[in-house]
Amino acid sequence: MKKKIWLSCLLALTLGLILIGAAAAQEATPPPTITDDQVNAIASQMYCPVCENTPLDVCPTQACAEWRELIRDELAQGWSEQEIKDYFVQRFGARVLATPPATGLNWLVYVIPPIAFLAGAFLLYKALVSFRRPEPQSTAEAMTPEMSDDPYIERIEEELRRQ
Amino acid sequence: MAVEMKDGAVRTPVQANPMRWGRLIAWIGLAGLLLLLFFGLLKAQKGQMKVGEKAPDFKLTTFEGKTYTLADLKGKVVVLNIWASWCKPCEEEAPYLETAWRYYQPQGQVVFLGVAWTDTDKKSFEYLDKFSITYPNGPDLGTRIYQAYRATGVPETYIIDPDGVLVYVKISPFSGPAEIQQAVDKALGK
Repeated sequence: MKKKIWLSCLLALTLGLILIGAAAAQEATPPPTITDDQVNAIASQMYCPVCENTPLDVCPTQACAEWRELIRDELAQGWSEQEIKDYFVQRFGARVLATPPATGLNWLVYVIPPIAFLAGAFLLYKALVSFRRPEPQSTAEAMTPEMSDDPYIERIEEELRRQ
Repeated sequence: MAVEMKDGAVRTPVQANPMRWGRLIAWIGLAGLLLLLFFGLLKAQKGQMKVGEKAPDFKLTTFEGKTYTLADLKGKVVVLNIWASWCKPCEEEAPYLETAWRYYQPQGQVVFLGVAWTDTDKKSFEYLDKFSITYPNGPDLGTRIYQAYRATGVPETYIIDPDGVLVYVKISPFSGPAEIQQAVDKALGK
Protein backbone atom coordinates (compact mmCIF):
# COMPACT_ATOMS: atom_id res chain seq x y z
CA MET A 1 0.00 0.00 0.00
CA LYS A 2 2.80 2.36 0.99
CA LYS A 3 4.63 1.44 -2.20
CA LYS A 4 1.57 2.31 -4.28
CA ILE A 5 1.32 5.75 -2.69
CA TRP A 6 4.99 6.41 -3.42
CA LEU A 7 4.55 5.33 -7.01
CA SER A 8 1.51 7.58 -7.42
CA CYS A 9 3.40 10.54 -5.98
CA LEU A 10 6.33 9.89 -8.29
CA LEU A 11 4.04 9.63 -11.30
CA ALA A 12 2.25 12.87 -10.39
CA LEU A 13 5.58 14.65 -9.89
CA THR A 14 6.88 13.44 -13.25
CA LEU A 15 3.70 14.52 -15.02
CA GLY A 16 3.83 17.90 -13.29
CA LEU A 17 7.43 18.46 -14.34
CA ILE A 18 6.63 17.51 -17.94
CA LEU A 19 3.69 19.97 -18.03
CA ILE A 20 5.76 22.79 -16.49
CA GLY A 21 8.56 22.10 -18.95
CA ALA A 22 6.17 22.18 -21.90
CA ALA A 23 4.65 25.48 -20.73
CA ALA A 24 8.09 27.02 -20.26
CA ALA A 25 9.13 25.84 -23.70
CA GLN A 26 6.02 27.45 -25.20
CA GLU A 27 6.73 30.76 -23.49
CA ALA A 28 10.34 30.82 -24.64
CA THR A 29 9.52 30.05 -28.30
CA PRO A 30 11.99 32.06 -30.34
CA PRO A 31 10.63 34.39 -33.04
CA PRO A 32 10.23 32.71 -36.42
CA THR A 33 13.40 32.67 -38.46
CA ILE A 34 12.97 34.68 -41.62
CA THR A 35 15.18 33.51 -44.45
CA ASP A 36 16.90 35.76 -46.97
CA ASP A 37 14.75 34.18 -49.69
CA GLN A 38 11.58 35.30 -47.91
CA VAL A 39 12.96 38.83 -47.56
CA ASN A 40 14.20 38.95 -51.16
CA ALA A 41 10.89 37.69 -52.53
CA ILE A 42 9.40 41.01 -51.40
CA ALA A 43 12.52 43.13 -51.86
CA SER A 44 12.77 42.10 -55.52
CA GLN A 45 9.49 43.94 -56.13
CA MET A 46 10.88 47.22 -54.80
CA TYR A 47 13.43 49.88 -55.61
CA CYS A 48 14.92 52.38 -53.17
CA PRO A 49 15.11 56.05 -54.24
CA VAL A 50 18.82 56.19 -53.40
CA CYS A 51 19.80 53.79 -56.19
CA GLU A 52 16.89 54.08 -58.58
CA ASN A 53 17.73 51.42 -61.13
CA THR A 54 18.78 48.61 -58.81
CA PRO A 55 16.16 46.29 -57.30
CA LEU A 56 16.17 46.27 -53.51
CA ASP A 57 17.11 42.58 -53.24
CA VAL A 58 20.46 43.07 -55.02
CA CYS A 59 21.28 46.67 -54.10
CA PRO A 60 24.58 46.77 -52.17
CA THR A 61 24.12 50.14 -50.40
CA GLN A 62 23.68 50.50 -46.66
CA ALA A 63 20.31 52.21 -47.13
CA CYS A 64 18.97 49.18 -49.02
CA ALA A 65 20.44 46.76 -46.47
CA GLU A 66 18.50 48.65 -43.77
CA TRP A 67 15.31 48.43 -45.83
CA ARG A 68 15.78 44.66 -46.20
CA GLU A 69 16.24 44.41 -42.42
CA LEU A 70 13.00 46.34 -42.01
CA ILE A 71 11.23 43.83 -44.27
CA ARG A 72 12.70 40.99 -42.18
CA ASP A 73 11.46 42.59 -38.94
CA GLU A 74 7.99 43.11 -40.38
CA LEU A 75 7.80 39.53 -41.65
CA ALA A 76 8.86 38.32 -38.19
CA GLN A 77 6.00 40.32 -36.73
CA GLY A 78 3.60 38.47 -39.01
CA TRP A 79 2.97 41.19 -41.58
CA SER A 80 1.69 40.07 -44.97
CA GLU A 81 3.43 40.97 -48.24
CA GLN A 82 0.72 43.51 -49.06
CA GLU A 83 0.96 45.11 -45.61
CA ILE A 84 4.71 45.52 -46.03
CA LYS A 85 4.32 47.05 -49.49
CA ASP A 86 1.62 49.42 -48.23
CA TYR A 87 3.88 50.52 -45.39
CA PHE A 88 6.78 51.21 -47.73
CA VAL A 89 4.54 53.19 -50.10
CA GLN A 90 3.12 55.25 -47.23
CA ARG A 91 6.58 55.82 -45.83
CA PHE A 92 8.75 56.25 -48.90
CA GLY A 93 6.32 56.92 -51.75
CA ALA A 94 4.82 54.86 -54.58
CA ARG A 95 8.05 55.03 -56.54
CA VAL A 96 9.48 52.25 -54.35
CA LEU A 97 7.25 49.76 -56.16
CA ALA A 98 8.60 48.01 -59.24
CA THR A 99 5.05 47.94 -60.61
CA PRO A 100 3.46 51.36 -60.17
CA PRO A 101 -0.16 51.38 -58.99
CA ALA A 102 -2.66 52.24 -61.74
CA THR A 103 -3.71 55.56 -60.23
CA GLY A 104 -3.37 59.16 -61.43
CA LEU A 105 -1.18 59.51 -64.49
CA ASN A 106 0.31 56.05 -63.81
CA TRP A 107 -2.56 54.40 -65.67
CA LEU A 108 -1.10 55.77 -68.90
CA VAL A 109 1.75 53.30 -68.43
CA TYR A 110 -0.75 50.45 -68.72
CA VAL A 111 -2.99 51.94 -71.43
CA ILE A 112 -0.56 53.47 -73.93
CA PRO A 113 1.47 50.36 -74.91
CA PRO A 114 -1.54 48.22 -75.98
CA ILE A 115 -3.13 51.19 -77.77
CA ALA A 116 0.13 51.97 -79.58
CA PHE A 117 0.49 48.29 -80.51
CA LEU A 118 -3.06 48.08 -81.89
CA ALA A 119 -2.67 51.36 -83.80
CA GLY A 120 0.62 50.13 -85.27
CA ALA A 121 -0.94 46.82 -86.28
CA PHE A 122 -3.85 48.66 -87.94
CA LEU A 123 -1.53 50.99 -89.87
CA LEU A 124 0.59 48.03 -90.98
CA TYR A 125 -2.52 46.21 -92.16
CA LYS A 126 -3.69 49.27 -94.13
CA ALA A 127 -0.25 49.69 -95.69
CA LEU A 128 -0.08 46.00 -96.72
CA VAL A 129 -3.55 46.13 -98.27
CA SER A 130 -2.73 49.27 -100.27
CA PHE A 131 0.55 47.70 -101.49
CA ARG A 132 -1.22 44.57 -102.66
CA ARG A 133 -4.24 46.18 -104.39
CA PRO A 134 -3.61 49.59 -105.92
CA GLU A 135 -6.70 51.79 -105.80
CA PRO A 136 -8.54 51.93 -109.12
CA GLN A 137 -8.52 55.31 -110.77
CA SER A 138 -11.87 57.05 -110.75
CA THR A 139 -13.64 57.52 -114.05
CA ALA A 140 -13.21 61.26 -113.85
CA GLU A 141 -9.46 60.93 -113.25
CA ALA A 142 -9.15 58.31 -115.98
CA MET A 143 -10.73 60.56 -118.56
CA THR A 144 -8.46 62.59 -120.74
CA PRO A 145 -9.08 66.34 -120.89
CA GLU A 146 -10.38 65.89 -124.46
CA MET A 147 -12.95 63.32 -123.29
CA SER A 148 -14.25 65.41 -120.42
CA ASP A 149 -14.77 68.34 -122.76
CA ASP A 150 -16.76 66.22 -125.19
CA PRO A 151 -20.48 67.28 -124.94
CA TYR A 152 -21.60 63.80 -125.98
CA ILE A 153 -19.75 62.12 -123.12
CA GLU A 154 -21.00 64.82 -120.82
CA ARG A 155 -24.58 63.95 -121.75
CA ILE A 156 -23.99 60.23 -121.20
CA GLU A 157 -22.54 61.02 -117.80
CA GLU A 158 -25.57 63.15 -116.97
CA GLU A 159 -27.96 60.39 -117.99
CA LEU A 160 -26.07 57.87 -115.92
CA ARG A 161 -26.27 60.13 -112.90
CA ARG A 162 -30.03 60.55 -113.33
CA GLN A 163 -30.48 56.76 -113.26
CA MET B 1 -27.99 57.34 -101.29
CA ALA B 2 -28.22 59.93 -104.10
CA VAL B 3 -30.66 62.86 -103.76
CA GLU B 4 -31.89 64.96 -106.66
CA MET B 5 -31.94 68.66 -105.91
CA LYS B 6 -34.42 71.28 -107.19
CA ASP B 7 -31.97 72.54 -109.78
CA GLY B 8 -31.69 69.03 -111.17
CA ALA B 9 -28.25 68.36 -109.72
CA VAL B 10 -27.74 65.05 -108.01
CA ARG B 11 -25.78 65.07 -104.74
CA THR B 12 -24.90 62.43 -102.21
CA PRO B 13 -25.35 63.46 -98.55
CA VAL B 14 -22.18 63.90 -96.50
CA GLN B 15 -21.64 60.80 -94.38
CA ALA B 16 -19.72 60.60 -91.10
CA ASN B 17 -16.33 59.12 -91.84
CA PRO B 18 -15.15 56.88 -88.96
CA MET B 19 -11.59 57.00 -90.29
CA ARG B 20 -11.57 60.79 -90.00
CA TRP B 21 -12.72 60.63 -86.36
CA GLY B 22 -10.14 57.95 -85.59
CA ARG B 23 -7.38 60.14 -87.00
CA LEU B 24 -8.60 63.15 -85.03
CA ILE B 25 -8.65 61.18 -81.76
CA ALA B 26 -5.18 59.78 -82.47
CA TRP B 27 -3.78 63.27 -83.10
CA ILE B 28 -5.41 64.64 -79.93
CA GLY B 29 -3.99 61.73 -77.92
CA LEU B 30 -0.55 62.27 -79.38
CA ALA B 31 -0.71 66.00 -78.64
CA GLY B 32 -1.73 65.23 -75.04
CA LEU B 33 1.18 62.85 -74.61
CA LEU B 34 3.63 65.38 -76.03
CA LEU B 35 2.28 67.99 -73.62
CA LEU B 36 2.78 65.63 -70.68
CA LEU B 37 6.30 64.91 -71.87
CA PHE B 38 6.97 68.62 -72.24
CA PHE B 39 5.83 69.47 -68.72
CA GLY B 40 7.72 66.48 -67.32
CA LEU B 41 10.94 67.63 -68.96
CA LEU B 42 10.31 71.20 -67.86
CA LYS B 43 9.98 70.03 -64.25
CA ALA B 44 13.09 67.87 -64.52
CA GLN B 45 15.10 70.74 -65.97
CA LYS B 46 14.20 73.14 -63.17
CA GLY B 47 17.23 71.89 -61.27
CA GLN B 48 18.01 72.78 -57.69
CA MET B 49 16.11 75.43 -55.77
CA LYS B 50 17.68 78.84 -55.89
CA VAL B 51 18.00 81.64 -53.36
CA GLY B 52 15.15 84.12 -53.76
CA GLU B 53 12.57 81.47 -54.69
CA LYS B 54 9.42 81.09 -52.62
CA ALA B 55 9.98 78.08 -50.38
CA PRO B 56 7.42 75.32 -50.99
CA ASP B 57 5.10 74.62 -48.10
CA PHE B 58 5.64 71.30 -46.32
CA LYS B 59 4.19 69.21 -43.56
CA LEU B 60 6.55 67.43 -41.20
CA THR B 61 5.26 65.17 -38.46
CA THR B 62 8.05 64.55 -36.00
CA PHE B 63 8.95 61.22 -34.45
CA GLU B 64 7.20 62.48 -31.32
CA GLY B 65 4.01 63.16 -33.28
CA LYS B 66 4.07 66.98 -33.46
CA THR B 67 3.25 68.48 -36.86
CA TYR B 68 4.99 71.49 -38.39
CA THR B 69 4.07 73.27 -41.61
CA LEU B 70 5.94 76.13 -43.23
CA ALA B 71 2.76 78.20 -43.27
CA ASP B 72 2.48 77.87 -39.48
CA LEU B 73 6.10 78.98 -39.06
CA LYS B 74 5.65 82.26 -40.92
CA GLY B 75 7.44 85.03 -39.07
CA LYS B 76 10.29 82.75 -38.01
CA VAL B 77 13.49 81.69 -39.71
CA VAL B 78 13.34 78.00 -40.62
CA VAL B 79 16.43 75.82 -40.99
CA LEU B 80 15.32 72.71 -42.87
CA ASN B 81 17.97 69.99 -42.88
CA ILE B 82 17.51 66.82 -44.93
CA TRP B 83 19.62 63.90 -43.72
CA ALA B 84 19.84 60.12 -43.53
CA SER B 85 21.40 57.86 -40.91
CA TRP B 86 23.49 56.01 -43.51
CA CYS B 87 24.96 59.26 -44.86
CA LYS B 88 28.51 59.90 -43.62
CA PRO B 89 28.65 63.62 -44.55
CA CYS B 90 25.43 64.06 -42.52
CA GLU B 91 27.31 62.80 -39.48
CA GLU B 92 29.96 65.48 -40.04
CA GLU B 93 27.51 68.34 -39.77
CA ALA B 94 25.12 66.87 -37.18
CA PRO B 95 27.03 68.29 -34.16
CA TYR B 96 27.30 71.71 -35.84
CA LEU B 97 23.57 71.88 -36.41
CA GLU B 98 22.89 70.92 -32.79
CA THR B 99 25.34 73.58 -31.55
CA ALA B 100 23.69 76.24 -33.73
CA TRP B 101 20.22 75.15 -32.57
CA ARG B 102 21.21 75.48 -28.91
CA TYR B 103 22.54 78.96 -29.66
CA TYR B 104 19.29 80.18 -31.28
CA GLN B 105 16.73 78.19 -29.28
CA PRO B 106 16.40 80.64 -26.32
CA GLN B 107 15.54 83.56 -28.63
CA GLY B 108 12.59 81.68 -30.20
CA GLN B 109 13.02 83.33 -33.59
CA VAL B 110 14.57 80.36 -35.35
CA VAL B 111 13.22 76.84 -35.84
CA PHE B 112 15.48 73.94 -36.80
CA LEU B 113 13.77 70.96 -38.42
CA GLY B 114 15.43 67.68 -39.36
CA VAL B 115 13.98 65.60 -42.16
CA ALA B 116 15.00 61.93 -42.24
CA TRP B 117 15.01 60.84 -45.88
CA THR B 118 14.51 57.15 -46.85
CA ASP B 119 15.47 56.13 -43.34
CA THR B 120 14.07 53.44 -41.07
CA ASP B 121 12.82 54.63 -37.67
CA LYS B 122 15.22 52.36 -35.81
CA LYS B 123 18.28 53.79 -37.56
CA SER B 124 16.95 57.36 -37.27
CA PHE B 125 16.61 57.02 -33.50
CA GLU B 126 20.14 55.59 -33.23
CA TYR B 127 21.47 58.55 -35.23
CA LEU B 128 19.59 61.15 -33.16
CA ASP B 129 20.83 59.52 -29.93
CA LYS B 130 24.39 59.30 -31.20
CA PHE B 131 24.58 63.05 -31.84
CA SER B 132 22.28 64.08 -28.94
CA ILE B 133 20.07 65.99 -31.34
CA THR B 134 17.33 67.91 -29.56
CA TYR B 135 15.66 69.92 -32.33
CA PRO B 136 12.52 68.41 -33.93
CA ASN B 137 13.08 65.63 -36.43
CA GLY B 138 10.71 63.49 -38.43
CA PRO B 139 10.50 61.13 -41.39
CA ASP B 140 9.96 62.49 -44.90
CA LEU B 141 6.73 60.61 -45.57
CA GLY B 142 6.48 59.66 -49.22
CA THR B 143 9.74 61.66 -49.77
CA ARG B 144 7.42 64.63 -50.39
CA ILE B 145 9.64 67.27 -48.80
CA TYR B 146 12.68 65.99 -50.68
CA GLN B 147 10.78 66.24 -53.96
CA ALA B 148 9.17 69.60 -53.20
CA TYR B 149 12.59 71.11 -52.52
CA ARG B 150 14.04 69.35 -55.59
CA ALA B 151 16.79 67.94 -53.40
CA THR B 152 19.52 65.95 -55.11
CA GLY B 153 20.94 64.01 -52.17
CA VAL B 154 21.84 64.30 -48.51
CA PRO B 155 22.76 66.35 -46.61
CA GLU B 156 21.00 69.42 -47.95
CA THR B 157 19.93 72.43 -45.87
CA TYR B 158 17.48 75.17 -46.77
CA ILE B 159 17.23 78.37 -44.74
CA ILE B 160 13.95 80.21 -45.15
CA ASP B 161 13.39 83.78 -44.00
CA PRO B 162 10.33 84.94 -41.97
CA ASP B 163 8.48 85.76 -45.23
CA GLY B 164 8.87 82.23 -46.57
CA VAL B 165 11.60 83.07 -49.08
CA LEU B 166 14.62 80.84 -49.51
CA VAL B 167 17.71 82.78 -48.45
CA TYR B 168 20.35 80.05 -48.23
CA VAL B 169 20.87 76.65 -49.84
CA LYS B 170 23.60 74.28 -48.74
CA ILE B 171 24.17 71.21 -50.92
CA SER B 172 26.89 69.63 -48.75
CA PRO B 173 27.71 69.46 -45.06
CA PHE B 174 28.33 72.70 -43.15
CA SER B 175 31.96 73.32 -42.27
CA GLY B 176 31.11 74.43 -38.73
CA PRO B 177 28.56 76.20 -36.51
CA ALA B 178 29.93 79.58 -37.65
CA GLU B 179 28.81 78.95 -41.23
CA ILE B 180 25.30 78.11 -40.02
CA GLN B 181 25.17 81.16 -37.75
CA GLN B 182 26.29 83.45 -40.55
CA ALA B 183 23.50 82.19 -42.81
CA VAL B 184 20.83 82.31 -40.09
CA ASP B 185 21.86 85.83 -39.00
CA LYS B 186 21.50 86.96 -42.59
CA ALA B 187 17.99 85.48 -42.67
CA LEU B 188 17.20 87.29 -39.42
CA GLY B 189 18.35 90.54 -41.04
CA LYS B 190 21.27 91.01 -38.65
